[in-house]
Amino acid sequence: MATYDLIVIGGGPAGYVGAIRAAQLGKKVACVENDRAGGTCLNWGCIPTKALLKNAEMYTTLKDKADEFGLSFDNLSYDWSKVIGRSRNVSNKLAGGIEFLFKKNKVDYLRGTGALAGTGKVSVTDAEGKTETHDAKNVLLATGCRARDLPFLKFDGQRVIGAREAMLMPEQPKELLIIGAGAIGVEFAYFYNAFGTKVTIVEMMDHLLPVEDTEVSQALEKSFKKQGINFHTATKTTAAQVADSGVELTIEPAKGGDSVTLKGDVVLVAVGVGAILPEGTEKLKLTDRGFVETNDRYQTNLPGVSAAGDLIGPPWLAHVASFEAIHAVESMFDPKHKSKKVGLFPGCTYCHPEVASIGLTERACKEKGIAYKVGKFPFQASGRALAAGEPEGFVKLIYGEKYGELLGAHIIGAQATELIAEMGLAITLEATHEELESTIHAHPTLSEAIHEATSDAFGHVIHI
Amino acid sequence: MSSYLKMPKLSDTMTEGTLAKWLKKEGDPIAVDEDVAEIETDKATMTMQSFEEGILHKIYVKEGQAVPLGGALALILEEGEEPPADADQPPAAETKAAAPKAASDQSGSSAPSDSPSKATPAPAASASAPAPAASSARIKASPLARKIAQEKGIDLARVTGSGPGGRIVKKDVENAPVGGGGGSLGLLPPALAKPDQSLPLSGMRRVIAQRLLESKTTIPHFYLNIEIDTEPLMNLREQVNAASVANGGPKYTVNDFVMRATVLAAGTVPAVNASFQGDAILQYGEIHLSVAVAVEDGLVTPVIRSAQSKSIRDLAGELKDLATRARDKKLTPNEMTGGTITISNLGAFGIANFDAIINPPQAAILSIGTITKQPVVNEHNQIVPGQRMWVGMSCDHRVIDGAVGAKFLSELKRFLENPVLLIS
Repeated sequence: MATYDLIVIGGGPAGYVGAIRAAQLGKKVACVENDRAGGTCLNWGCIPTKALLKNAEMYTTLKDKADEFGLSFDNLSYDWSKVIGRSRNVSNKLAGGIEFLFKKNKVDYLRGTGALAGTGKVSVTDAEGKTETHDAKNVLLATGCRARDLPFLKFDGQRVIGAREAMLMPEQPKELLIIGAGAIGVEFAYFYNAFGTKVTIVEMMDHLLPVEDTEVSQALEKSFKKQGINFHTATKTTAAQVADSGVELTIEPAKGGDSVTLKGDVVLVAVGVGAILPEGTEKLKLTDRGFVETNDRYQTNLPGVSAAGDLIGPPWLAHVASFEAIHAVESMFDPKHKSKKVGLFPGCTYCHPEVASIGLTERACKEKGIAYKVGKFPFQASGRALAAGEPEGFVKLIYGEKYGELLGAHIIGAQATELIAEMGLAITLEATHEELESTIHAHPTLSEAIHEATSDAFGHVIHI
Repeated sequence: MSSYLKMPKLSDTMTEGTLAKWLKKEGDPIAVDEDVAEIETDKATMTMQSFEEGILHKIYVKEGQAVPLGGALALILEEGEEPPADADQPPAAETKAAAPKAASDQSGSSAPSDSPSKATPAPAASASAPAPAASSARIKASPLARKIAQEKGIDLARVTGSGPGGRIVKKDVENAPVGGGGGSLGLLPPALAKPDQSLPLSGMRRVIAQRLLESKTTIPHFYLNIEIDTEPLMNLREQVNAASVANGGPKYTVNDFVMRATVLAAGTVPAVNASFQGDAILQYGEIHLSVAVAVEDGLVTPVIRSAQSKSIRDLAGELKDLATRARDKKLTPNEMTGGTITISNLGAFGIANFDAIINPPQAAILSIGTITKQPVVNEHNQIVPGQRMWVGMSCDHRVIDGAVGAKFLSELKRFLENPVLLIS
């Protein structure tokens, strides 16, 4: 039994960041985690999947482009267990790093399952079932989300899996069905296809990565087709049969029409996530989609209880979760803190070609009736992209017509997820095309495409 | 957290201070309220004390060096704190514009305290104290905000920024009224610090400067003034105007009557209608009446020629024409020269009395004040409501002696208080 200024339940990108921030403010803090610090991101999401995707990219490059680069070798092969193993090693290494950060910042790391035990109290039940209750002047819920399955397709960990199982598959499936073409579905499609699994994606909406700018989605579809990935967009899954031998899905056009059957060894359900609610939160007010409702200061309806991260709803992104947690904690301890909710955030998908975006899509500009200008530059015209053997993709920038401010940036191609950082800074600083155009971008780099796309929007592009 | 010791504002007029003497050296521990340095301002040398406790890590300013208000003098670290990477360099000068600063005060925990120093005696910084450097200093605003402000004609110096560090962002200018202001409702916009401006002299201003300096430095002025009972004048004016308007004529101003009275008084005391000529005094045979007329950025004194032979109606009509053309800058040089005596009337501005500067080469100028209602003592020694007007006279003593001037003023008084003489 101890008394804390703050107990954080959950040790992911929201929880551990919030705990460390509170400790930096001189508060006595504990962070409760029942799995391993780092959360989904570090253990079951961002990081281990990026390790897998690097494997896929290397393998594809050697397999498909060696000849182009003048390389040759016999019997290129891979060891599946080592592919999976490398991913886990990366995860393990980083998880240890967080425990170090806790020690450095004097955050008490409580291993066990946290629960609200009445106002100002948090109970922690360890692996052996022993429960201890602590006093907490403040509680930050940061328990995150878990993958959601479908009513007719429940997770069984073998044939019907979520992302977590998909990155641990002991054996490579021959045929993989994926429901949902968001970042998770698309990244695993790329990964498994690269290693020779026959992949078929089913997506309800009209395009792969439906939240992205439509032109980007179309470019990705073209690329995936070339890579041999099958997909059915504007298609819903209406039924499923799961047997020891495999899975059978019944799909039909979203607008209605004849149904078709798809067969596979395994189905990955990547249709979304649902909040993980600790015990004692029965009175917590939720949104109609089942996420925790918070006000501008990240406070829930329960006194002294705030929440941040995936469980308060989309976007379910690690960088958003950390931002929210910092604002939640600063709001908690500084009444003058001007809390911000997340409005502008980059979205990244690490398949190949990579997709990254920030701000408004062209679609959104039209819906909002904003007058805009579009500038585009294909990597096909970039010296650096050609030298690197990555001519795929483009930079598409959307500028306000009247003042020329950057409204949105959409990049598909190699390194897109790194290139987007400049665009985030530009929008945050409310830069206009003049600042972008007058900034010299090094030659030869992929980032020149940003400069050129800007010039294109205002009619002075040089290289196309 | 590390903080900077900054040049405090020790007097209202102070824009910079000189670090006279450090009382601490690098590495010394500092307690709250402990003397750290002596600062020399435009007024005095004062001791400066720290608001923070810690270690004086780095001194940026040498003794004898002048530092603008708010400029960093030294870096103070908490005990055991690692110096920041940029500890060896003072921070870049901060924008001290009033508006962004006000915003940063609300911006919360992450902002370091604005000035970790105070001084005794420490007069509260006056809100209206000018900060000459302010509007020439950089205003933190996003490129988009700048563009919108420029298009809408918004003065960014008057906009409160809501972005990080008080930076003005799009939504601040979108909500700002044209010209500036914005932000907090019901509050006066922060007092603006405007830069000094150098206004080039107009030709008229050059002449005014040259002639009046010459007048005031070469003519031995002396001043008289007299109180006029204007009740009879006002009564008469009312009747005259009523009759005039009924016949489709103009309304006469008090000044029209004063002009006529001046001409008549100068006729009876011609010594005031004269000029000092070095070896002689020139007494004019005619009265050419100069009347001061305020025009945009200056004044002119058009001349009504041969005023002794003109009726009130003629004087009024001529002055009206001259004044209109003076404001339109359509007077010929000839119409502004050759006067023999001048009237300057500031009554319309509510001025009770004043002493004008002689318009050379003339020897006298009259300063007409406003008519005020006031308690007066009547012939029965009773205090009753009355109305009075002050008339002042500035005289060139080389030409006009006190008694002569007084004679003139008493004649003027006689005419104004018996106004029927003015229209007969």
